Amino acid sequence: MTNPVTKVSFVRRHLLTCENLSAGEINALLDLADKAAENNRQINKKRDVLRGRTLINLFFEASTRTQSSFELAGKRLGADVMNMNVSTSSVQKGETLIDTAMTLNAMRPDILVVRHHAAGAVELLAQKVDCSVINAGDGAHQHPTQALLDVLTIRRAKGRVAGLTVAICGDILHSRVARSNINVLNTMGARVRIVAPSTLLPPAAERLGAEVFTCMNAGLEGADIVMMLRLQRERMQGSYVPSTREYFHFFGLDHEKLARAKPDALIMHPGPMNRGVEIASTIADHSRSVIRDQVEMGVAVRMAVLEAMARQLPNH
Amino acid sequence: MPKNGSPAQDATTFLNARLVDPATGKDEPGGLLVKDGVIADLGSHLRRNAPERSKVVDCKGHVLCPGLIDMQVFTGEPGLEHRETLKTASHAAAAGGVTSIVVMPDTEPVIDQVALVDFIQRRARDNAIVNVHVMAAMTRGLRGTEMTEIGLLKRAGAVAFSNGKSSVANARVMRNVLLYGKDHATLIVHHTEDPHLTEGSVMNAGEVATRLGLPGVHKAAETIVLERDLRLVEITGGRYHAATLSCAESLAVVRAAKAKGLPVTCGVSINHLTLNENDIGSYRTFLRLKPPLRGEEDRTAMVRGLAAGDIDVVVSSHDPQDADVKRHPFAEAADGAIGLETLLAAGLRLYHNGEIGLVALLRALTTNPARLLGLPSGRLDRGAPADLILVDLGQPWVVDKALLRARSKNSPFDESRMQGRVLATMVAGHTVYQYAQPDGA
Repeated sequence: MTNPVTKVSFVRRHLLTCENLSAGEINALLDLADKAAENNRQINKKRDVLRGRTLINLFFEASTRTQSSFELAGKRLGADVMNMNVSTSSVQKGETLIDTAMTLNAMRPDILVVRHHAAGAVELLAQKVDCSVINAGDGAHQHPTQALLDVLTIRRAKGRVAGLTVAICGDILHSRVARSNINVLNTMGARVRIVAPSTLLPPAAERLGAEVFTCMNAGLEGADIVMMLRLQRERMQGSYVPSTREYFHFFGLDHEKLARAKPDALIMHPGPMNRGVEIASTIADHSRSVIRDQVEMGVAVRMAVLEAMARQLPNH
Repeated sequence: MPKNGSPAQDATTFLNARLVDPATGKDEPGGLLVKDGVIADLGSHLRRNAPERSKVVDCKGHVLCPGLIDMQVFTGEPGLEHRETLKTASHAAAAGGVTSIVVMPDTEPVIDQVALVDFIQRRARDNAIVNVHVMAAMTRGLRGTEMTEIGLLKRAGAVAFSNGKSSVANARVMRNVLLYGKDHATLIVHHTEDPHLTEGSVMNAGEVATRLGLPGVHKAAETIVLERDLRLVEITGGRYHAATLSCAESLAVVRAAKAKGLPVTCGVSINHLTLNENDIGSYRTFLRLKPPLRGEEDRTAMVRGLAAGDIDVVVSSHDPQDADVKRHPFAEAADGAIGLETLLAAGLRLYHNGEIGLVALLRALTTNPARLLGLPSGRLDRGAPADLILVDLGQPWVVDKALLRARSKNSPFDESRMQGRVLATMVAGHTVYQYAQPDGA
């Protein structure tokens, strides 16, 4: 161990879900991430924690920021990073997920970062390979590193997470970001609210540990954090929501609705944003918007996760 | 007369009236004072004596009750003004004792946008002599696939949402409309007729259709959609109103849903209370309706349901259709019949036959629709709008389509004998209709 000061209590081979992460594990990762963030602001960002290791980014679903974030994180820790481009891969030729996994496994990677459009696909893959697997988003199920970077951003800006009221607003039904955040924030002692039209709320949403609101003004009342979610274009043409105009009117974050939250409330968005749909342009660029900090913390959190997992890899 | 202009400045006292208030169930002699467009006072103390400086109307013991609220009125404005305009419909309404009409979204274009709700409201303000409210489309173009801007339409003034004359076939769309509508506390009004079962049919299936050689649809086409909807209400909690029931089976389904405590109500058209499939006779196209007229046992079931309070609302389902679409062989003619002007008189047939009490009948024509739509009218109470009608329950008359005010004359009651006539209609205290004895009568 090159860094004996950090007592990491995150001892897992895979990171697939936030549901069973303990506060201790989360804090350990956030502490590591704080250091990584510091490291990332230096001129020389390169470290050798993952030297000789191979990290494969296996993305079955298009992604810009998560994929580049993992790529940077891996490279800064000294790993060899390969990005699997799905459009040119054998998946397009009809290979099954399991066969793809077995093929990649035969190439002896150390860490697989996987995003897939089907919930549960990453876990299925994890059962079939010998390396560590990080879930970079599976369907509407989980996106653990997003929740961790969100909670890191909150902890750095507010100095704490426990006791804060976090309003997650928008398409909860289809959101893995919402599910992961509800888990992590609850574990960390925050009060979680979810705010959406009934058509975008999953059944039994209140059982996840969140207070449910269908009125944005009520849901934002006294909130410390306003976390907006992206609404996908195909869902706002009359199926779940009548129109972008109506959605923005009732659920778009503008100055009037933001005024219901605490005066120092932070504005968050996992990106990519639809300006004028779920968030007013001026709000996205607001002085209390930490949307760009979230991107910066994304790299830091992914470095923390990779570093913690590297310690569990065989032959370490 | 501008109904939204300055309210009548002068106070008017209606003396010697039989006050019938469906909201409280009171039916007693008395008088009523109208001031500034609202009911200022009422009761037995005004039966004989009017306050000073008020105009006096002697009601001669006739019924003074809230004006009717008709939840289902089709017009041709915009798009088919040759059939009916808001203006002509409002004149027919006033003559029939209807002081508020809810116009349906089945126009050209369909009322599925905020600007069109606005258009109707402005046209009504300038041209109509009764209150006009908008029932907006719940799916775009009434196509049953994408929901409309329910929240914004409600803010623009839409009192409820419906899919007009068609049922939403897609259960997922129906569920989402109920679910989304609930967030905005809207009433979803649905015409229940399975479009696939109904396809190609022109009347109720049964002996009469078979004898006439016409393709009929089984009444289950109605109940099937209704049962599906009520399941969806159960899982969404959306507020639901079945627009026009026509058979005993449907009524039983609604009754069961109400017993479960679901937010469900239902209506029936005056045609299905007073006519049956035998009235089609020799292919009378004015009796080609949607839903189709059923057998006599279903008609009596509807009347019993109304009397028992299981049916909440009676509508005229006023649907003007011109000769260009009605003067055809039955199977090729359009559906629909006018009914604004004959609504009350036809309803009074049931009362005169002893099938229903006056208060129960009027409740379904005034208080209940007002409650469902959130309107302040439909009751005799201090502060309520002075939307009133004076009715001579006994006066006999014969319907003559030439004298009807609707622009289209497709009345199923043409040449029918009626008993009970609206003598005067007031909207916000203004008299918008006054019965004039025909010369020589």
